[in-house]
Amino acid sequence: MNIKVNSREAQASPEQIAYANLLFYVAWGAILLMTITYFLYVTQLITPYIPIQDIPKYWSLPANEFAKHTGNPAGWGWFPLLGKGDFLNFAGISLLGTLTIIGFLTLVPAYIKKKDWSYLTITILEIVILILAASGILGSGGH
Amino acid sequence: MSNRNAKLINWLWMILCFFFLFSPGPLWAAGAVQGSTGMPWWGWPIILFFFCFVLGIIAVLAGVGGGVLYVPLVSAFFPFHLDFVRGAGLFVALSGALAAGPGLLKRNLANLRLALPVALIASTCAIFGAFLGLALPTNIVQICLGAVILFIAILLSTSKNVERPTVTKQDAIGLALGMSGSYLEETSGEIVHWKTHRTLMGFLLFIVIGVAAGMFGLGAGWANVPVLNLLMGAPLKISVATSKFLLSITDTSAAWIYLNKGCVIPLIAIPSIIGLMLGSIVGVRLLAKAKPKLIRYLVIGVLIFAGGKALLKGLGY
Repeated sequence: MNIKVNSREAQASPEQIAYANLLFYVAWGAILLMTITYFLYVTQLITPYIPIQDIPKYWSLPANEFAKHTGNPAGWGWFPLLGKGDFLNFAGISLLGTLTIIGFLTLVPAYIKKKDWSYLTITILEIVILILAASGILGSGGH
Repeated sequence: MSNRNAKLINWLWMILCFFFLFSPGPLWAAGAVQGSTGMPWWGWPIILFFFCFVLGIIAVLAGVGGGVLYVPLVSAFFPFHLDFVRGAGLFVALSGALAAGPGLLKRNLANLRLALPVALIASTCAIFGAFLGLALPTNIVQICLGAVILFIAILLSTSKNVERPTVTKQDAIGLALGMSGSYLEETSGEIVHWKTHRTLMGFLLFIVIGVAAGMFGLGAGWANVPVLNLLMGAPLKISVATSKFLLSITDTSAAWIYLNKGCVIPLIAIPSIIGLMLGSIVGVRLLAKAKPKLIRYLVIGVLIFAGGKALLKGLGY
């Protein structure tokens, strides 16, 4: 392993710095958002879709059984219920899940500019995989 | 370590041990459908929050990810079904990785050129693992989880990572993908250049790592680091940091599968995420004064216990 004294070589690339900045603000923003929505949920300032006192009755059941008893929606079924106290929490949760996709989107122009076709292909494939996973196309609902 | 910190850590362990010994989890689980829980609805989330806070401290001090402790311990001692524990576990690991990522990327310790190819493999396989884990009967998953946790305990106690592995010649795949870089070694002020070898073998192992991460809802740092460091020859600092960043990609794909399958309950997931995040922050502050070796042995002990319990639970005992 070479050891040289040239600190510029050890610096992160501009696309890496951009990705890092995005991660920092959105990740901590999502965690703050979750803290606020959870407070609104448990204090029942916003009425939940599933009565909060019913959840402990069913949380030891598999997810499909839980859904049968509570009407817990599968896939993106939570999205129209964002106005309910419990599903409002999914705003922060889904933001955490979307953050990596957004981060990868910021890498695309950087790799095009560098004409780094192999990493551009990897980045695009990763975006497709993550979107497929998030979309629910691959499968949602009870198992 | 100062007496004050030693006392604090001893207290944390005593709280955990007390909880393990007197946890009424299985009793609650048995009577759950009838609603004979006895405790108000907010009881378990509060216990979970403090449990995860302590877990967050211990995970940082022991140098392991939160997810690897969260899933076996919460599934063993809380009344929640494994589906919801895995769903929350993935978001716990994901939020920890996302919060740690910026600092590691900026210092060029987590490296995109190393992370991206392996992330593509691991995240694709994590989707398959998530479907597999949700399709298999719970007792089979419990048995496999127990076996994996016991394997991790053995790996943690025997694995000897190398700070700067010697890579004399980069292999063709690593060279073609430009899987190399440099970072500033802050302790000595040196610029360390690194490159990978045995890249194909590393890629193949990331298939297994991805499946395991998705199937069990575990963060896969315990497996990422040895593969990146011992097999592919990345320096230890680069391996640890890139592994943490990798989790944010691998766990995203699996987390969405669990979310779409209705396996994420906010009442369980959010106190877990926030508890572990806060615990990690406190853990980082204690890190400078703690005795990591002792804590690591204690964590290995807890993993053996939790793995054994998951195994027995899966076998119906």
